[in-house]
Amino acid sequence: MGFQHICDFIFTGRNHFQKMKKQIANWGNYPVIEANEEYFSFPDRLRELILKENGFIPRGNGRCYGDASLAKTTISTLKFDKILSFDRQAGIFECQSGLTLDRILDVIVPSGWFLPVTPGTKFITVGGAVASDVHGKNHHIDGSFSNHVLEMDIVLASGETISCTPGIHGDLFEATCGGMGLTGVISRVTFRLKPIETSFIRQKQVKAGNLEELIRLFEEYREYTYSVAWIDCLKKGPHFGRSILMLGEHAGVKELDPKRQNDPLQLPKKKQVNFPFNLPSWVLNPFSVRAFNFLFYSKNFKKEINNVIGYEPFFYPLDAILHWNRGYGKKGFVQYQFVLPLESKRGLVEILHRISDKGLGSFLAVLKVFGKQESIISFPKEGYTLALDFPVKPGLLEFLDELDRIVLQYGGRLYMSKDARMKPEILQHGYPDLEKFKDIVRKYNPDEKIRSIQSDRLLLTTN
Amino acid sequence: MATVLILGATSDIGMAIARKFASGKFDILLAARKPEQLQPLESDIHIRYGVNCRSVAFDALQYGSHSEFFSSLQPKPDISICVFGILDDEEQAFNDWHLTERMIHTNYTGGVSILNVIAKYYIARKKGTIIGISSVAGDRGRASKLIYASAKAAFTTYLAGLRNKCFKDQVHVMTVQPGFVYTKMTENLPLPKLITSTPEEVADLIYKAYLKKKNIIYVKWFWRYIMLIIQCIPEFQFKKMKL
Repeated sequence: MGFQHICDFIFTGRNHFQKMKKQIANWGNYPVIEANEEYFSFPDRLRELILKENGFIPRGNGRCYGDASLAKTTISTLKFDKILSFDRQAGIFECQSGLTLDRILDVIVPSGWFLPVTPGTKFITVGGAVASDVHGKNHHIDGSFSNHVLEMDIVLASGETISCTPGIHGDLFEATCGGMGLTGVISRVTFRLKPIETSFIRQKQVKAGNLEELIRLFEEYREYTYSVAWIDCLKKGPHFGRSILMLGEHAGVKELDPKRQNDPLQLPKKKQVNFPFNLPSWVLNPFSVRAFNFLFYSKNFKKEINNVIGYEPFFYPLDAILHWNRGYGKKGFVQYQFVLPLESKRGLVEILHRISDKGLGSFLAVLKVFGKQESIISFPKEGYTLALDFPVKPGLLEFLDELDRIVLQYGGRLYMSKDARMKPEILQHGYPDLEKFKDIVRKYNPDEKIRSIQSDRLLLTTN
Repeated sequence: MATVLILGATSDIGMAIARKFASGKFDILLAARKPEQLQPLESDIHIRYGVNCRSVAFDALQYGSHSEFFSSLQPKPDISICVFGILDDEEQAFNDWHLTERMIHTNYTGGVSILNVIAKYYIARKKGTIIGISSVAGDRGRASKLIYASAKAAFTTYLAGLRNKCFKDQVHVMTVQPGFVYTKMTENLPLPKLITSTPEEVADLIYKAYLKKKNIIYVKWFWRYIMLIIQCIPEFQFKKMKL
């Protein structure tokens, strides 16, 4: 490295040791691609970019797991992040699409409001929440995020901006919720918030010795607003499916410690630990995962725990460790999430058996019961949904193809936000309204200007 | 409550500074050529931080309007931050006087014009802070930033002189020398991650430096030493280098 190189590097940013294009990946670090990232702060610039670029996908904070928001050109909404209005009486919030949920919570919680639906991370944008139509622990009561959206603006491939509601330009609205950004760039969203008395959650954790018991418990506690279970899916025999069911309700002021009652809507202190580097991939092996799961299960000494905790540890336990995805090593991981109809409990058992037989390892296996939902392309539908992480290693993709077949056989489907590898026919069979979705995409994105690696792979866009 | 005037508020650094000072409970006055673009930022700042925020029209190149612009401001800002600047394609500018002129006037003349007006007011009042955003590029002239660097050098020198002139009247002038920052200005340059800041980092450092009444800050700190080394290269060697 000569002196000239150093000066070049410092003065012009030209770097002879680095490729020109940026490498980007979503949360699973798989796949990694070269892309040209564009940003905008004002609507004029967005329009200009849309008219100029051919073959791009809008991108938020890159927290979907696979390749849904990857393309050779991405248009990032992250600088388009202004709060436009917040009605503190009615609980209605309006913002530009690049605003992340953590920033929203900072503003709404002290005023006695909460997100109507939140996924397991607060580091996603509002645009992403709509495009993936995210769900939370309260799906069986409150549905998915789009249920609470009152209105949004979408900038189409033609550069035109359309405001839509479920009633006005209803087809565009419906295909944009869960549509993975293919209808246009979501630029503004107005949604309804949920009133809270305190920023705390009254939590109940119940241990289930096996899967049968867990499903019974879900049924027994169905009245709880929030519910989710963590399953140890490596356990075999009589303890197959041992798990912890986590339930919660927003706590009332009277349920708090006296000292917290003075400031019931306090925000949590900002503290985060960073995962500084990628763990070598051998660190995650059946033994270490088993040990982790053992500790996780055994830390709950009693059958049932009842306590009051802040909303962060309840909703966002993993956000406390920035870049926790690095724990899966440089090769990345795939998150596999599917939903099976309620009557297909046997499918759930079969898939869990396959996984524990294979020993491919998963830190987290998260089970939740979805309520009913009518939509054309959103993932949730009534049934059991299970999400698992698999570090990328040889044989994994073949194994997941096997699981796909079981999911289909039992009438289930996969979540596109998590997906990096499913075959187009799996999507086709899982989503009965897929053709209707494609028609709407063709109507608003006729030249397929807006497309992602995922949409090409799944044949949502052609060639 | 104290008010901050941000000249060039549609820039990435301008918007980040506005939010940072608003989080410190300052009222915010955003000045830009197209103030109507700033309405979302106004509501954002007002909702998040509960401070007043409004936008006014300001054109750095309309020198004749500067005096009237400032006298029309009500209330008058306690802190004025000059953020505007422009980086055009240097090769094109070399061949096109209009581009060269625009770069010089935006980065230098316009700043001098408005800051003279503001400084006069602060001196008379014996109170006030002026913060000017210049660039490390101005620390040594070179081929690839011919016009931009020379205009920023002039602006840096102006700020130093202004600091000296205003000192006895309790008016503080701070010079900010950012290195690489991820902004609209640099979005097509592949910048080395390690030495590039985000606009939010720049705004944080400016706010902290303001509280400590610093004279000159480099963002980030190591740029001071990088530029020191570059200034130490003897001219007979420097002129041969492709920079």
